[in-house]
This record gives sequence, C-alpha cells and structure tokens, in this order.
Amino acid sequence: MSATMMKTEAAIGVWRLRWRRFRKHRTGMISLVILAALILFVLAAYPMQWLLGIDPNAADLFSRFDPPSPGHYLGMDEAGRDVLVRLMIGGQISLLVGILATLIGGMVGVAIGISAGYFGGKVDNALMRFTDGMIALPLLPLLIVLGAIDLTKLGFSQDFARSGAAGFWRIVVIISIVDWTAIARLVRAATLQIRERDYVRAARAAGASAWYMMATHILPNIATPIIVSFTLTVGRVILSESVLSFLGFGIVPPTPSWGNMLNNAQELVTTAPALAVYPGLLIFITVIAVNFLGDGLQHAFDPRSER
Amino acid sequence: MTELLNIENISVHFPSPGGRVVRAVQDVSLSIAEGETLALVGESGSGKSTLGYTVAGLQPPTSGTLRFEGVPLTSRTWPAARRKIQIVFQDPFGALDPRMPISSTIAEPLLIQRIGTSASRMARAEELVQQVGLPRDALNRYPHEFSGGQRQRIAIARALSPNPRLIVADEPLSALDVSIQSQVLNLMKEVQEKLGLSYLFISHDLAVVNHLVDRVAVLYLGRLVEVGPREALFGKPAHPYTEALLASVPRIGRKRARNAGAIKGEMPSPLNPPTGCVFHTRCPRAQPMCSEVVPVLEAVAGQGAHQAACHFKE
Repeated sequence: MSATMMKTEAAIGVWRLRWRRFRKHRTGMISLVILAALILFVLAAYPMQWLLGIDPNAADLFSRFDPPSPGHYLGMDEAGRDVLVRLMIGGQISLLVGILATLIGGMVGVAIGISAGYFGGKVDNALMRFTDGMIALPLLPLLIVLGAIDLTKLGFSQDFARSGAAGFWRIVVIISIVDWTAIARLVRAATLQIRERDYVRAARAAGASAWYMMATHILPNIATPIIVSFTLTVGRVILSESVLSFLGFGIVPPTPSWGNMLNNAQELVTTAPALAVYPGLLIFITVIAVNFLGDGLQHAFDPRSER
Repeated sequence: MTELLNIENISVHFPSPGGRVVRAVQDVSLSIAEGETLALVGESGSGKSTLGYTVAGLQPPTSGTLRFEGVPLTSRTWPAARRKIQIVFQDPFGALDPRMPISSTIAEPLLIQRIGTSASRMARAEELVQQVGLPRDALNRYPHEFSGGQRQRIAIARALSPNPRLIVADEPLSALDVSIQSQVLNLMKEVQEKLGLSYLFISHDLAVVNHLVDRVAVLYLGRLVEVGPREALFGKPAHPYTEALLASVPRIGRKRARNAGAIKGEMPSPLNPPTGCVFHTRCPRAQPMCSEVVPVLEAVAGQGAHQAACHFKE
C-alpha cells in the first residue's frame, strides 16, 4: 500500500455529501435546469415588453385570435393581447404563488407537526386539536369569507388594498392557511417514530437542545415524506390559484396567471385550442419538474437509495 | 482511587395508568472510582438500564443525588458534566442516525458542546476512526454500509470524542455476534487503559462481566441486593439471588446441575413489589421475617467492600 493510501480520507461536511449525491441524480439535475429555465422565461417578460413595445393588458379587438407573427411570436388571445408576454407574466405570478404558498403553508405544517410530535403531551394535544379544527372547517365558505375580508380594516392602506399585490398576497395567505393541515399530520406521525431512537437519545445525553434535535436528526430522517408532500403541493397550489381566481378572489383579470389563462381558454377550446395548450403545458412542465426535483432531493437525503 | 461518580439514594419512579407507580429504581447508592469498571447486572426489568439512563442524564431521578467529580448534578451543573459522561447503546442499528455520515456522527458531541472549530472536529473524527480500528474510508460513508460490530465501534468513537471520564455502556455487546463481542470488548479495554476511563457496564451476560469489570452490583426489582469486588462476589456470593444468577450461567462441558440454582418463578411486577425483602417470593432461604422486614445493605462478614442486602447472608 502506498503512503498516500495510508492517509485517512478527509472528512467532508454533510451538506457537501448531499450535494454530491444530488448531482449524481440525473432527472433531479435536469429538473433543476428546467426550473431555472422556466424562471428565466418568466423574467424575460420585462425585456420582451420593452423591446417589442407590448402592453400585456391592452385589448385590441381588431387582432383577436391573430396567428403568430413577427413581434407576436405566439399570436393573440381572445381579447387581442399578446399570448407570449401574458404567459411570461402569468408565469411569474403562478410560480411565485405556487412556491410561496407551498413554502409558507409547508413550513407552518412542518413546524406544527414536528413540535406536536417531539414535545408530545399537552403541546401535542393542543396543536393537533387545532389542526383537526382546521380540517373540519368547510373549505368553500371559508375561502369566500377570507376572500371578502376588507384589507383596509386590517390596517392596510386604501392604495394597497386595491392594488394587484394585495390580490397576490391574499391568495398566497389563503392557500397557506388551508393547505398546511395534511403536512402537519404527516410530520407529526413521522416525528413520533424518530423521537425515541437511540441516536436522538445519544444527542440528548450530549446536551443537545430540542431545536438541534429537530433540525439535525428528525428533519433529515423525515425528509422523504415531507419532500413528496411539498412537491405534490406545488402543482396543487398552482391549480387552486386558478380556482380561487375563478371565484373572483386573488388574481383578477386582466392580470394574467397560468391558472386564469387556462380557465378562460376552456370556452374557446374548439376555436383556439392553442390558448389552452400553452398554459396547460407550462403548468404540466412545472409540476413534473418539481416532482423530479423532489426525487433528486430524496436521493440526496437518503444515503440508502441507490441509482 | 478517587471517586468519580457517586450515586446516592437514587429512586426512579414512573407514573402508571390508574394512579399507580412503577418503582423502577428504588433507593440505590453506588459509587464509581476513576479508571474503574462497575458492572450493573440483573434480569430484564431489574431497573439496570433505567439507572444507566439516569447516570447518563437521560432520565431525571425522582429522588436522590448524583455527584460527579464531587459536584452534585443539578440543572445548573449538568450541562458541563454532559461532555464527561457519554453513553453507548445496546442496539448498534438504532444508535446511529442513518442519514448522517460517520464523520458527523462521531464529532456530534463536540458540535453540541460547541468544542473546537468544524475543521478541528473533523480532524478529531479522523483520529478516532483510526483509534477504534475502522477502515480508513469510513468517514464519508453512512451507517448502513457497516456491520453491527463496526457500528458499535462508531458508537464508541462518538462516545470518546469529547474526552469523557465515564462511559455508560448499556449492554453494548448483547446485540453482537459472539465472535465480534470479544473484539469490541478488547477495544473497550484498550481505550480504558489508554485514557483512564471509567465504565458503568450494564449487562446480563456474566461471562462478559467477568472479563472486563472490577466491581459488580446486582440489581433485583430496582433494589441493589449485592455489591462487591468481582472476585469476592463471583467467588463467594452472599445473596441467594446472586448465587442463583451465577448458577444459571451455562458452561460448556459442565452438566447442568438439576434444579440447583434455578430461580423459581418469575420476577414480581414492579407495580406491586413484595413486602419486606423483595426477593422472598423466590428465595430458597426465605423465612417468615423476610416478608416483613426490609433487609439493609451491609458488609459481608470480614469484608468491607463486599455488601449484601439479606437477613441470611452466607
């Protein structure tokens, strides 16, 4: 054995090992690239508008359903607006809603579930009865009530309450509020399984805080179900945004989102099928890419998975 | 020898449904000197693991005091003591986080105690991997790639990383193959000689105990029934329970003595322990007084260090 082989291989931090494993996951890496491309695509709305001088919300009834042409690469929609630019701007909103609502709702769910599971006893009882209560609330009336809340009464200014941003945040908050319960229950059950393992006890004997235990031992060991449920949630949130917009809350036309573009195109499916295909395809690609990204993350977190 | 750990009148009780109380450990006093190995032996349910967890700071005692290096352990003094008292568990498969590479696992007590920088902790992990005799490339691998014996070596390395003075070993060999047991046992001996550690060695395997320990404490139903130097206790047990325990060790080449030494019946429930001497329900020497008067732990005739709690010690 040579002298260099005798030396112990240098130890590498756990995050670098995870990144190494993630890089080996081909579909995960491809998904990361696709998602990056999608983000670039939706951000390209600004230079496109500026370069081509297009107003995405300006209707032009003389050019309804125009086919693709130079300057309007994907043609015009039923109100004579540029489809490509609207897809880009709608994508900004849909992706942001999807990611933000999933992250906020997911983090609330993980925090509640892990606290309930880890601390147990009274904390568990209180948090889980609260969760049950949220699950028991009928969804649609709740959404209508939340959608009808007058933001000026909550201390926001008139200007903000009427702006598009208010609609955007309203929808993020509404979806986050109703969408964390499933994750909370899942995380609680998974935490209960891990809590009494000897490696958690060993860390406790060494003086670890509850926070350390949750972050270092429990979260990585329950990452698989969390990631699966997060990736499924992103797709669902993008679609529920369109449902909410259809009900008149949140993203209201003329501001586009993939969800409301898809909704509008439903009635036109025979005359202009392309208008449904574009946003549908983009939602599809996003959901698939997020799912494969989740696969890659699972692979990175679970050293036993082989590929 | 200076005293490292002193266990003084420790009791651990658990509430049980119906308002009753499980007395898992009842009024146990013991001490461990520096560099000494004390074995805690007894049947399952005797409270030996519970007492071990109390010493490791995982199970607060219901009453009694732990004194470490002369300092009583309270919520204020525990944090500093934690790095000097480490624990090795029985099941090497549950003891290591499957999602954590070996380097981080070994360095974990250092990270928790905020000792050193991340580079110095990794260097310590590299040093320990070699010290416990693991393959050189172990550091960046995960627990599932190792056998039970190797995992127990990793668990020992983790326990050694903050330079502890006392290691609580909760049946560290009983989940391992017999051929591996002696290797891990030798490793434990080796590091003890090198570092001058003390062990609280919890075991039901008296053959293993005979190889490693200096003193033996026998627990029955949460009570300390006999304690003494290994040779004295194994050579001339004073308590009938210890006698029976020793007689029940199977040995190759020895015909099983018929009935001799076999303990009658099952251990009574710790929810409802017998009155008087807890062992009287199964004791061959039991007399009427045994069910009434609780025997005190006192020195066996002529030997100060060897104590037993029996009205009719031999």
